[in-house]
Amino acid sequence: MAFENNVDVEHPVHDVRMAAIKNFEEKGFPSKKEEAWKYTSLNSLQKIDFSIFPKEQNALEYKDVKPYFIHEIDTYKIVFVDGIYSSYLSETTHDGVDICLMSAALTKPMYKQVIDVYFNKIASKDESLTTLNTAFSREGAYIYIPKNKMPKKPIEILHFSTGNEASLLLQPRNLIVVEENAEVQIIERHQSLTSNDTLTNAVTEIFAAKSAIVDFYKIQNDAATASLIDNTYVDQKDKSVVNVHTFSFGGKLTRNNLNFYQNGEYIDSTMNGVTILGEKQHVDHYTLVHHMQPNCESHQDYKGIYGDSSTGVFNGKIIVDKIAQKTNAFQKNNNILISDKASINSKPQLEIFADDVKCSHGCTIGQLDEDALFYLQSRGIPKKEARALLMYAFANNVLSTVRIPELKARINKLIAEKLGVNLGFDL
Amino acid sequence: MLKIKDLHASVDDKEILRGINLEVKAGEVHAIMGPNGSGKSTLASVIAGNERFEVTQGSIELSGEDLEEVSPEERAHKGVFLSFQYPVEIPGVSVTNFMKTAINESRKAKGLEDMPAKDMLKLIREKSELLEIDRKFLSRSLNEGFSGGEKKRNEIFQMAMLEPKVAILDETDSGLDIDALRIVASGVNKLKSKDNAVILITHYQRLLEYIVPDFVHVLHNGKIVKSGGKELALELEEKGYDWLKQETAV
Repeated sequence: MAFENNVDVEHPVHDVRMAAIKNFEEKGFPSKKEEAWKYTSLNSLQKIDFSIFPKEQNALEYKDVKPYFIHEIDTYKIVFVDGIYSSYLSETTHDGVDICLMSAALTKPMYKQVIDVYFNKIASKDESLTTLNTAFSREGAYIYIPKNKMPKKPIEILHFSTGNEASLLLQPRNLIVVEENAEVQIIERHQSLTSNDTLTNAVTEIFAAKSAIVDFYKIQNDAATASLIDNTYVDQKDKSVVNVHTFSFGGKLTRNNLNFYQNGEYIDSTMNGVTILGEKQHVDHYTLVHHMQPNCESHQDYKGIYGDSSTGVFNGKIIVDKIAQKTNAFQKNNNILISDKASINSKPQLEIFADDVKCSHGCTIGQLDEDALFYLQSRGIPKKEARALLMYAFANNVLSTVRIPELKARINKLIAEKLGVNLGFDL
Repeated sequence: MLKIKDLHASVDDKEILRGINLEVKAGEVHAIMGPNGSGKSTLASVIAGNERFEVTQGSIELSGEDLEEVSPEERAHKGVFLSFQYPVEIPGVSVTNFMKTAINESRKAKGLEDMPAKDMLKLIREKSELLEIDRKFLSRSLNEGFSGGEKKRNEIFQMAMLEPKVAILDETDSGLDIDALRIVASGVNKLKSKDNAVILITHYQRLLEYIVPDFVHVLHNGKIVKSGGKELALELEEKGYDWLKQETAV
């Protein structure tokens, strides 16, 4: 992979970037020898000669990309085409809240105070792909919600790749700061519109201050040539609530590094996921919850349905510090394999140093229940549809926590598409 | 309407039905009784086409058509209905949506268009009133968190919606209190006509006080060992099933 030498030495975060480059140069890409990457190989991606900075900006018409927006509702939109901001497709705001661009936030003096406090503060300075992003990222979404505020509508962050560049490496960088008692809903999607290879190495930092509420929905239904490494870091203060939903329905290789750090008391963290894969798709969910203070909760519920030769990984790490008494940490990972060639590796990792805690984890891997299938068939529902209904029912409780009805309807539609059925009603 | 001839069926090479002969005509109500493990539920499952059981000998005919190669869903389309002893929970799919899917799949199989939404709602209203089912109940996820009685009532509601030719009610009375039993039985009685038939599978005579059978059959070790009129059920209630073991041992 060739990195063009295109670093702006005058940039305000130049020092941060130089340190990141140094770290990445030392470490390089992670390999399967590392415990955290045991089941996901990046070898095939490293053979591709990615272009890291696109040479030209491509124009997209709204009608071409409309299906990828939650167009049934009004939203703020931050849209990137081949990594470059598209003002034409976007709708940003500075009306009481800042929903705009990282490039602006990193360079304009008015944002300096926030950048100094938050930028690259929770993102790892050690993990190589995160530092690769820190070193070379130029653009992304900047969202700042001041105390007691809530944007009028949800925010969509969309990344399109058009493929005029042979193979593109995109490195979006998002910073989301939600101040005390503020609230925000964000929907994020990466969408390749090309058959050329694309690799996205994204980093998102989320800071939820006291009593803040953040709902973050990740829709991963990308093309068979698109790979994604998502690195999301969440820092929570007292009484804040952060819910991250990850819907993984497509893409070639997807790795979700989702890290929660509970820096306060009475915090609630939720990580829910539905994964439905086929073909040779691969998804690796790598979650971490670090309980650092007492009286907090975390809930993880990941459901997976794997067909064809698809492969999945769930690695859920929970750390409960000695001080973090009265922690409630729950983790569930249930999987259905609908093909003999599909596989899933599920691994809970609990490191508990406090003695007055409730922690549970459970993982199941199974097939569809034949008795249930017979029940549906005996009502006249054909086998294929009956199987789809059972799979939908299996994933359902994860969907019940989606708080935007139109988004939920959209996800249901994607699931129906993915399962290849028309059930005659909107799920 | 339903003709079962010398039916043998097994699961995992273990023979459970060992030569069942039974003819059910339109307009009739048959009760099949017998001790635990006699093969009652297996018979119900095999008629409905459960592929877990292998039919090794004999045949099942519905209105003259052999059902051997017919899938469970096609049997449903042709008018076979099985009320399950343990209905399955389907989270996220409401009773209403489930019935819509079932009815429209059946119509599709017959080359008909989907039922217009208005007609569907009317049908649902009518049939839910028949079984004294509350409207709120219909928007709940199918069988999820239902009490035993609610599940059974819901099964009969589905039967009412699908209007089968042959309805097999497998232990529909178990887990029902007396009020629920009365509602369910009255629903079945109202659905009964000269054009359809009902097979009641039950342990106890109690249900038969409400749905009066024309014939009662006793199943034991995978065979019908005795048939008679409704008096037979009373006799069984009195004597239990122990006499069977002696009689068949002889």
